[in-house]
Amino acid sequence: MKVFANLFLALDETNKTNEKVKVLKDYFNSVPDTDKMHMLALFTGRKPKRQINATLIRHWAIEASNIPAWLFEESYHVVGDLAETMSLLMPATESSSSKSLTEWIGEINDLADKTEEQKKEWLLASWAMLDSQERFVFNKLLTGSFRVGVSQNLVVKALADVTRIEAPALTHRIMGKWMPEDYTYDQLVEEQTASDDISRPYPFFLAYPIQETSERQKSAEDLSAALGEASDWQAEWKWDGIRAQMIKRDGEIFIWSRGEDLATEKFPELHPFLYGLPDGTVLDGEILSFSNGKPMPFNVLQTRIGRKNISKKILAESPVATIVYDCLEYNGEDIRSKTQTERREILEKLQSQTNDPETFRISSLINFSSWQDLETQREQSRAMIAEGIMLKRKSATYQVGRRRGDWWKWKIDPLSVDAVMVYAQKGHGRRADLYTDYTFAVWDGDKLVPFAKAYSGLTDAEINKVDYFVKRNTLEKFGPVRTVKPELVFEIGFEGINKSSRHKSGIALRFPRILRWRHDKPKEEADTIESLRALLDVGYEGEN
Amino acid sequence: MAKPLLEFTDRGIYCEKGKFYIDPWKPVDDAVITHAHADHAYWGHKRYLAHHLSREVLLYRLGEINLQTVEYGETIVKNGVTISMFPAGHVIGSAQIRVEYKGVVWVVSGDYKTQDDGISTPFEPVKCHHFISECTFGMPVYTWKPQADIFRDVNSWWQSNLEHGLATVIVGYSLGKAQRILQNLDLSLGKVYTHGVIENTNEALRRNGVILNPTERITSESSKEEVRKGIIIAPPSSVGTPWMRKFGPYSFGYCSGWMAIRGAKRRRAADRGFIMSDHADWDGLVSAIDATDCECVYLTHGYTATFTRYLNEIGFNAREVHTLYGGEEEDATVTEKDEKEEISELPKDERSPQLKEAAE
Repeated sequence: MKVFANLFLALDETNKTNEKVKVLKDYFNSVPDTDKMHMLALFTGRKPKRQINATLIRHWAIEASNIPAWLFEESYHVVGDLAETMSLLMPATESSSSKSLTEWIGEINDLADKTEEQKKEWLLASWAMLDSQERFVFNKLLTGSFRVGVSQNLVVKALADVTRIEAPALTHRIMGKWMPEDYTYDQLVEEQTASDDISRPYPFFLAYPIQETSERQKSAEDLSAALGEASDWQAEWKWDGIRAQMIKRDGEIFIWSRGEDLATEKFPELHPFLYGLPDGTVLDGEILSFSNGKPMPFNVLQTRIGRKNISKKILAESPVATIVYDCLEYNGEDIRSKTQTERREILEKLQSQTNDPETFRISSLINFSSWQDLETQREQSRAMIAEGIMLKRKSATYQVGRRRGDWWKWKIDPLSVDAVMVYAQKGHGRRADLYTDYTFAVWDGDKLVPFAKAYSGLTDAEINKVDYFVKRNTLEKFGPVRTVKPELVFEIGFEGINKSSRHKSGIALRFPRILRWRHDKPKEEADTIESLRALLDVGYEGEN
Repeated sequence: MAKPLLEFTDRGIYCEKGKFYIDPWKPVDDAVITHAHADHAYWGHKRYLAHHLSREVLLYRLGEINLQTVEYGETIVKNGVTISMFPAGHVIGSAQIRVEYKGVVWVVSGDYKTQDDGISTPFEPVKCHHFISECTFGMPVYTWKPQADIFRDVNSWWQSNLEHGLATVIVGYSLGKAQRILQNLDLSLGKVYTHGVIENTNEALRRNGVILNPTERITSESSKEEVRKGIIIAPPSSVGTPWMRKFGPYSFGYCSGWMAIRGAKRRRAADRGFIMSDHADWDGLVSAIDATDCECVYLTHGYTATFTRYLNEIGFNAREVHTLYGGEEEDATVTEKDEKEEISELPKDERSPQLKEAAE
């Protein structure tokens, strides 16, 4: 545990990529193989199962810290991380544990059939034998909130250096549903074939926004300068659904979401077409709710995400289908190195053979003669229930991760309103103890109606200024939430707007975020609820 | 009911009997100053009273002011009210202000820490009836390690930077943290270089008779190669500036109590965060308040709401007071950042305090 805790600390203590990779390599080179696999699992989001529920952990931590429960809660709001709060509040120890990461995770997993009393005894004894840094990492394991400031790419880069296996191949090998208990380091570094794990997806290829970091739109001229001949590119609508990889191998089907969650059971409507595919097929596309052959806005689909049981009612209200745009494996062969155009031909052939064209749809190509032409057509995006346009180089291979060069997303301008900040709440992690989460309101007559929450979009310097304002202009406190003197005006951007019976304002926004702080606007000049409703009327919403 | 000896007004803490203010933030005739940080020592008062060791720094920061200074324990009588100063242990020259009239004693802590930093005169508890205390770190998640442990880490980090060919920049505010760092570095590793803002404060303290380790001011003539072999002490305002970047590649360490929280540390984007504060930690606050035997404690800045509630639960008579030194946790970032720029950066109207008469 010491080595793992130190890894965590060392990663925290540097912002430099090379340094992080070095720290990761040092770790891989210094621990046993089982620890390597456990670390890899943790750093790629494969957390051990939570064996003690969070309420009990919290309860026992309060006991061990010897402070009132309310003070524990307030400390948590300041720290913004439960595992860290617990480790800071417990009395310091001088001891340190010599057990390995594998042994600790083994002990955690062994708790499954223990009584509550035994769990408590084990937990208090464990806390007592760990130093504060170890305790922090240990609490992270226990509470299952294991997030590290290191991307999977960096971990793979370090591992690639250590194993001398190329990063894309490694990225592929660590995808899918493995757990460190059943996937050994030897298996990972051995030559592999697709049949080793028939469920294993390929790493997703992700597009870069053509706007890069700025919100300023690119013109046809900009595109021409950056991307060259329009005829070298294929264009499709950018669908707003759930990105998914669909696999049919050895008679079995698997649906993977981008977060590497196995979501096969969540989309029963797709099973018939998937079973109808030839074995050894992997498709990449978007899952969307459809009604009368037309995609519905994302919020309809959202109602079924996160549901454990997909009821008949849900199936009837938001039936899904796929819009497929790529084929990664055909006849059991990895075809990612073929060109976009070649893969498209294979995809079209597969789709023409399906018996379920209603659920196996294909993303149609946009015909365009020039960048100007495409720019004009892009204005139809909202009418198409699309977020904009995807550009794919005809000669592009299917690559790993987010890469500049061959796939670009050209999104439309967000919709926007000017709104007044009315509530503020403290953030978590890097934004702990700072007011960073705000609720915004627009005018309804002489009253302000809250309509959206947004977290991102301000610079650190701006956040500090807003935080300063909030702390000096609090009208009321409700637990962690503060009612703030209505004064600051922000431009809020969003991708779509829908009627909602769950919100007081009667509307729900898709992806609200802060575009900029309107220092120039007094609160009286913020927008009104009517102006938002007007957006509903002109069809920026779906038909529901 | 008779008026209390000290009250909280929109200019600062006021003694009507003695006709003087303590750390006022608007111009007054008579100001008693706890220490020379900008949120306690404002410009524009007619007369200042402070500790001897604050003299030169106050003159350097505020220019020509009418300043009288005293020793710890020395007594001054103003309009029948007795004023004396006791060490607060916060920075060199920092004092708690003891005010007595007809047997009733009030103490204003200013900022303080209970840990001995080896350079400020150590904190001394003063018995009183009413204690006005800060509580910048009034949350139980803040507990400081012994100073020796912190500097073991600082010095080994410096050494490792030297081995890896990195320059070392250590950041702390110019009055207090900078001298504390200076006096605890392992000078066998190399020379200490200072940013101009810090060296100005060092010079003021040396004029005041304080013996500090040797330092060299960084100027346009300084050899970059030589500086890289030593350690640079810089103020928070220099982080990320071209001034700092010219010493690259470097590793920069940030010294602050806020470094105790991982989120705050990540936000600073420092290579190393050293948990080092000139304010009392949770246990320090509780023990300092306990040692005064006071009937009533008033919490001015820091996590006042939380800390007040806790003190009342464990049997103290505690009240929350709003001052310009801060309200609830708000002054968090302000107090430990470079004081001057932080205050002046804010527009005037945002500086106006939300005051409340807490004393009855």
